[in-house]
Amino acid sequence: MTAQSAPAPQQIAVSRWRRYRPDQQWEAYLFLLPSFIGFLVFVAIPVVASLALSFYDWNLLSRPEFVGFENYSQLLTKDRVFRKVLFNTFYFIVTIVPLQLAFGLLLAIALNQGLRGLEIYRLIYFMPVVTTIVAAALVFQWFFNRDFGILSAAIWEFGAATGIPIQPPDWLNDPDWAKPAVVVLTLWKNSGFTMVIYLAALQGVPTELYDAAKVDGASGWQRFRFVTFPMVSPTTFFLMVIQMIGAFQLFSEAFVMTQGGPAQATLTIVYYIYQMAFEFQRMGRGAAIAWVLFIFIFIFTLVQTRLQRRWVHYETGGES
Amino acid sequence: MTSTTPAAMRPETPPGAPFKTGHLVLHAALILGSAAMLLPFAWMLATSLKSPPQIFTYPPSLVPDPVVWRNYLDTVQAMPFGRFYLNSLFVAVSVTSLQILTSSLAAFAFARLRFRGREILFLVYLATLMIPFHVTMIPNFILVRFLRWFDTFYALIVPTAFSVFAVFLLRQYFRGIPVELDEAARMDGASSFRIWGQVIMPLSGPVLAALTIFVFLGSWNDFLWPLVVSNSNATRTIPVGLATFRGQYNTDWHLLMAGSVIALLPVLLVYVFAQKRFVEGITLSGMGGR
Repeated sequence: MTAQSAPAPQQIAVSRWRRYRPDQQWEAYLFLLPSFIGFLVFVAIPVVASLALSFYDWNLLSRPEFVGFENYSQLLTKDRVFRKVLFNTFYFIVTIVPLQLAFGLLLAIALNQGLRGLEIYRLIYFMPVVTTIVAAALVFQWFFNRDFGILSAAIWEFGAATGIPIQPPDWLNDPDWAKPAVVVLTLWKNSGFTMVIYLAALQGVPTELYDAAKVDGASGWQRFRFVTFPMVSPTTFFLMVIQMIGAFQLFSEAFVMTQGGPAQATLTIVYYIYQMAFEFQRMGRGAAIAWVLFIFIFIFTLVQTRLQRRWVHYETGGES
Repeated sequence: MTSTTPAAMRPETPPGAPFKTGHLVLHAALILGSAAMLLPFAWMLATSLKSPPQIFTYPPSLVPDPVVWRNYLDTVQAMPFGRFYLNSLFVAVSVTSLQILTSSLAAFAFARLRFRGREILFLVYLATLMIPFHVTMIPNFILVRFLRWFDTFYALIVPTAFSVFAVFLLRQYFRGIPVELDEAARMDGASSFRIWGQVIMPLSGPVLAALTIFVFLGSWNDFLWPLVVSNSNATRTIPVGLATFRGQYNTDWHLLMAGSVIALLPVLLVYVFAQKRFVEGITLSGMGGR
C-alpha cells in the first residue's frame, strides 16, 4: 500500500527487491490464494457469521429468528447452569495453571542438575503429552473407580496398614471430588510440556550469574529466588498465558471421563457450547457462549500482559 | 518433592561425571515421579489383559494372571479399529501435507514478495490467531452440512487444511534465511515458484520437521471437530472411535483398556524411537518458533 510510494533508502536489500515488484504483485496473490481462500471460508467469514448467529435463535430446521441480545442476557442473568459452568471453568484455571507451572519448573530444575539419565526421565515425563486424550481420560476413569480402581485400593490399604480411618472418596460420582480428578488428569497429561519449555529456558541462563551469586554467599533458595526465577520469568509469563487459554478450553477430559457430571460439576464452557449446539441444537445460544469464551480469554490475556511489567524480567539480548 | 534437596540450581557436574550423593535424593524423587507418570499406562495394559472376574476382584493387581490375549481379538471384532487407524492416518497425512503446502506458499509471499496490502493482510491473519476455534466451530459445522460434507472426509480434512499459525511460524523462519540466496537464484533466472521450492523449502528442514510433527500429532489426537462432523465408522478417527466404543461397552473395562492400548500404541512407539524430534517439534511449534 503506502509502502510503495514512500521509498526506504536505508534498506538496500529492500530497494533491490523492488525491481521485481510489478510482476511480484500478481505472483504474490497467487502464492497467497490457497491459504487465503481457506482463511476466508473457514476462519474469517465464520467469525463474522458466528457473531451474527449469536443474535439469533436457530435450531437448524426452523427459520432463524432474530432475538437481539437475548442469548447473552439469558446466559448472564437467568441461566443457572451457565453460572455453574463459569465457576467450574475458573476452578480449573486457578488450580491447573499454577500447579502445572510449579510441577514443570520443579521437574525442569531437577533435570537441569546435570543428572545422568536425563533422556530417560524426559522420555517418561513427556510421554503423556503425546497420548490421545480420549484414551488417557478412559484410563483415569478406570483408575478413579471407587471399588476396583487402583487408587482407591491404595488408599484402603494405606488406611488398613496404618490404622488411620480413611476412606477413598467416590471420585467421579462425588461432585466435590470429580473436579480434582479432572485436575489430576490434566496435570498428568500436560506437566511434561511445561517441563520441556522450562528446561529450554533454564539452559539459557548464563552460568556466571550462579557463580556470582555463590561468591556473594547466596543459598540455594536465594539463588532460585533471585537468579532462576527472574531469568525464566518471560517463560513463566508465556506458559501462564497459554496454559490459561488451554484451561479455558477444557473439554475432552471432562467429556470422556465424567461426561460433565456428576451434577454438572465438571461441565466447562466449551462443553456447554458443545451441548447447546450439538445436543440441544441451539446454534445461536451456542455461538453466544463461544463469544463469551472469546471475550473472557481476550480480557484475561490483556490483564496478564498488563501485569507482566511488574514481575517479568526481560534481559536485553538474553531471552529471544 | 524436590524442594527438600538443597542442591545447587545449576549443573555442577557435566553429563557423564561421577555420581554425586546429592543427586541420589534427586534421582529417588524423579524415579518416584516417573512411576506415577507410568502408572496409568501400566494400569491400562494390565487391565487390557485381564478376564472380567480378575478385573472385579479386590485388591486390584498390576499383573494379569492368567494373561488374556483374547481381549484384543474381542476388541477389534467389536469395533473396527483397523478402519479407525486408516481413517486417522488418511486424515492426518492429508491435513499435514495440505497445511504445510498452503501455509508455506503464503508464508513465502509474506516473507519474500512485495505486494500491495502485505502488512495489512498479515495483521488480519495475526488478529485471528487469538480467536479460539470454538468461535468458528458452529458456523463451520453449518457450512459442512450445507455443502453436504457431513460425515465425509472432506469435513475432516478441508477446514483444517489451512493454518494461520503455520503461516506465522514459517514466515518467521523464512525471514531468517539470507535474502542474497533468493537474489542469486533470481539473477540466474529462477521464478519465485522455483525459489520457494528449491531455495527456501530445502533450507527450512528443521522448522518443517517440527511443524510436521506438531500438525500430524494434533490432527491424529484431535477430538472435538471430528466428534462433531463424523457420524459413522466409515469416517471415525481413532479418538472418536474409542469414544464411541466407550459409549457401547460402558463397563467392559478389559475391552476398553485394550482399545486404549490399540489407540495409543503406534504414537507411543514412534515417540519412543524419535523422542528428540517429538520434543523439539512440540516445543518449537508450541512456542511460536522462538
